[in-house]
Amino acid sequence: MLSEQIQAKIERELVKYPADQRQSAVMAALRFVQDEKGWIANDDMADIAAYLGMPQMAVYEVATFYHMYNLKPMGKFTLTVCTNLSCQLCGSDDTLAYLKQKLGIGIGEITPDGKFGVREGECMGACVDAPMFTINNKKLCGRLTPQKIDQILADLEGGQA
Amino acid sequence: MIKIEIDGKLIETENGVTVIEAAHQAGIAIPHFCYHKKLSIAANCRMCLVQVEKAPKPLPACATSVAEGMKVYTHSAQAVKAQKGVMEFLLINHPLDCPICDQGGECMLQDISVGYGGVASRYHEEKRAVLGKDIGPLVSAEEMSRCINCTRCVRFGQEIAGMMELGQAFRGEHAEIMSFVSGTVDSELSGNMIDLCPVGALTSKPFRYKARSWELSRRRSVSAHDSLGTSLAVQTKSNRVLRVLPIENDDINECWLSDKDRFAYEGLNSAERLTKPMIKQDGKWHEVEWQTALEFVANGLRHLANGAGAAHIGALATANSTLEEMYLLQKLVRGLGSNNVDFRLRQTDFSGDGKQQGTPWLGMSIADISRADRLLIVGSFLRKDHPLLAARIRRAVKNGAQVNIIHSADDDLLMNVANKAIVAPDALLETLNQVARDVAAQKDVGIAASLRSGERVAVLLGNFAQQHPQAAQLQAAAQQIAAATNGKFGFFGEAANSVGGYLANAVPGTQGLNAAAMLETPRKAYLLLNVEPELDCANPQQAMAAMHTADLVVSLSAYKHHALEYADVLLPIAPFTETSGTFVSTEGRVQSFKGAVKPLGEARPAWKVLRVLGNLLKVAGFEYDTSEAVRDEALHGMDVAARLDNGIGAVEAKPYAGQGGLQRVSDVPIYATDAVVRRSAPLQATTDASMPRVWMRSEELGKLGVQPGTTVRVSQGGASVALAAALDDRLPKGVVRVAAGHAATAALGAMFGTITLERA
Ligand code: SF4
Ligand code: FES
Ligand code: FES
Repeated sequence: MLSEQIQAKIERELVKYPADQRQSAVMAALRFVQDEKGWIANDDMADIAAYLGMPQMAVYEVATFYHMYNLKPMGKFTLTVCTNLSCQLCGSDDTLAYLKQKLGIGIGEITPDGKFGVREGECMGACVDAPMFTINNKKLCGRLTPQKIDQILADLEGGQA
Repeated sequence: MIKIEIDGKLIETENGVTVIEAAHQAGIAIPHFCYHKKLSIAANCRMCLVQVEKAPKPLPACATSVAEGMKVYTHSAQAVKAQKGVMEFLLINHPLDCPICDQGGECMLQDISVGYGGVASRYHEEKRAVLGKDIGPLVSAEEMSRCINCTRCVRFGQEIAGMMELGQAFRGEHAEIMSFVSGTVDSELSGNMIDLCPVGALTSKPFRYKARSWELSRRRSVSAHDSLGTSLAVQTKSNRVLRVLPIENDDINECWLSDKDRFAYEGLNSAERLTKPMIKQDGKWHEVEWQTALEFVANGLRHLANGAGAAHIGALATANSTLEEMYLLQKLVRGLGSNNVDFRLRQTDFSGDGKQQGTPWLGMSIADISRADRLLIVGSFLRKDHPLLAARIRRAVKNGAQVNIIHSADDDLLMNVANKAIVAPDALLETLNQVARDVAAQKDVGIAASLRSGERVAVLLGNFAQQHPQAAQLQAAAQQIAAATNGKFGFFGEAANSVGGYLANAVPGTQGLNAAAMLETPRKAYLLLNVEPELDCANPQQAMAAMHTADLVVSLSAYKHHALEYADVLLPIAPFTETSGTFVSTEGRVQSFKGAVKPLGEARPAWKVLRVLGNLLKVAGFEYDTSEAVRDEALHGMDVAARLDNGIGAVEAKPYAGQGGLQRVSDVPIYATDAVVRRSAPLQATTDASMPRVWMRSEELGKLGVQPGTTVRVSQGGASVALAAALDDRLPKGVVRVAAGHAATAALGAMFGTITLERA
């Protein structure tokens, strides 16, 4: 079951679309679930499908198409490292290697305490700041260097995301 | 109309069509994969690229509309270069495993790569592999690496089947076709995805590795499993039916086939097939020669006719017997002096007999259904009883038609329904009458309003309405509504020959007993043609009681079944693939077919068996050489179209019997409708064929104090069966749904009756 908060948020979203096109709210609905739980389970997708009156498979298509959706638990802080061309040229491999060294995890993994997860992402449209990652898809962090990464991780550890 | 030019050929075509359509009309082939004339345009394979004058780059023919004066080149250097390029990309990740691919020989990818593929691949990197999926017993998705992601299968689900079970998950080079959480594909039309898939990704699971497509011979035939009259190709090898495919026929099945028609053939060679005549003597069954068996039957019938009287003989046939078979059956018993013959085994209300103005039929052509703008469907498990008609109606609804439903169950029709009244069986008639009154009084409420606003109204009575104890009154009410709305009305025929049975005169007329009466007042002898009484009759309890008390039961059947318990003679007859015959479809189309293979073992076409019986009993006029001769006699001088008439005179008002208690609502599950289907292993492995449950509302569950899934005792007429309880709050109050036609419920009584539930 979708929580009441999520349902309320979806309802607000639905106002934007024609009454017979409820499925337009699917991306928002997926985001609300992820914001609440950190990831989206198949059951959540089924719930969203029922709530919006659309096929479950259609929700799954959307959820798997966009890399911002976590389809398994990805830690309290998901660091999504862009590995597209600009970032690659500017050293995204180093970013990944450094994260691996610091956190002991690679792409698709989370730290044993469940705090951090690392994902691979597509171009975030901010190549000017390459290399970069996002925190929980919400905060962009660019021009990454080991020092900068240390600082970000320390801030997150300290609870000031 | 506008003028365009394709490859220098001047073509006149309608404005708004696409280049590929215009080309096809003109007989010019453009290679394509994702385009399909019955599906929406996806334009994702790019195989159809063509050169268009003044366009800077090649355009996809399937997604480009024609324009006045347009000049298209499908084979110019630019076009061919683009097509070859696309082909090369499509083959990059393709496994190229044609030698072990079931699609080999009938594969669009194979064919088109002959024309546009390179001799060798320039791609030496690793190919991507996509894991196979298990999506159920009918469609194999074992080799998804072959998929070219055309999404035809996905669009079919969304647009034709009405349920999106397959989708394209992930993106880019990770994109793959799959179902949600590895679910099975349960649509009753799923097999069409096999035909649609242009490569060997989706193949027929039962047919896998059975034969190469070029080894098969094919014979045109007609569907035996529902009333649509679907055109099919029965494909055989070494005298065995190995596959059934649709033959395109836009007036009937378009290019589709229901899973029932496609996979029923797997039941043809079931281990239960009866291959030798058998006689029971001293309680034991013996295989005997045909001659012995037929003489035994003839003697028995003669003895009875001369002794107790021919009126003690009753003949029952299922409505999927051929016209010829039913005609000879009635001719035989009439020749013996009995008029007790009927094929309407699940009908309970015969008060319309004698008042019907003609043979009940669809009341319109199948194509007319697509053109109707307002429909009222009464008492029909539409999707499961008539899968392709449901698909047609679904499309009509998408094009703006309104569908209204009156029924006693609220199954999802996978289409928008304008109005529905879901009422208990005892309120069905009153609900329809209310609509009739509203329409007559020109009231604009609910269903009446919808119908009154239409120009082409169709009122259709489904199987449930025809089996209903007030069927004649329902028919009369439908007639009134159709008249008042200037519409048409008719019946969705229950089986392949529901119309043909009437034309063959396999009905008792005024002298004889109808199907119900023959079983209610048991006869001394029964001739059963294809009948499994406990599954095919309206009241299995009564039917079985009659069988057990009869002195002589002759079962003409393709299978050894329960008849072993009550019959005296079993005569092995040929199913529709092994005999020639005729079905008259629900729209009155008379279609004859030939056998595709020789009868199995010593089975013989039933028309020949009946002919010999006629000869042995010295009934006049049984000298036929061919089934065609039987058909020609049966239809001699008959204007079939003129015979079809749903009109009904004044019928007596009968109350709904059996008030009080829980009312039973019965569907005949889609894969329980006839003997062949019941024995098709792949169909029986589908979700649709899962064990019947007893469906009830939550208050009934509460009264029993049980949860869904708990076994409960379902009793009717002194017998009971144990079934799992299931929740359906969309059922009307006071109603319990228990399937009929299934071994698990065959011990119960009438399909319409009262039922009691207890905790087991
Ligand atoms: S499975 Fe077949 S029909 Fe479906 S997308 Fe792949 S190639 Fe097309
Ligand atoms: S490539 Fe990384 S942000 Fe654009
Ligand atoms: S057929 Fe035109 S793009 Fe596929």
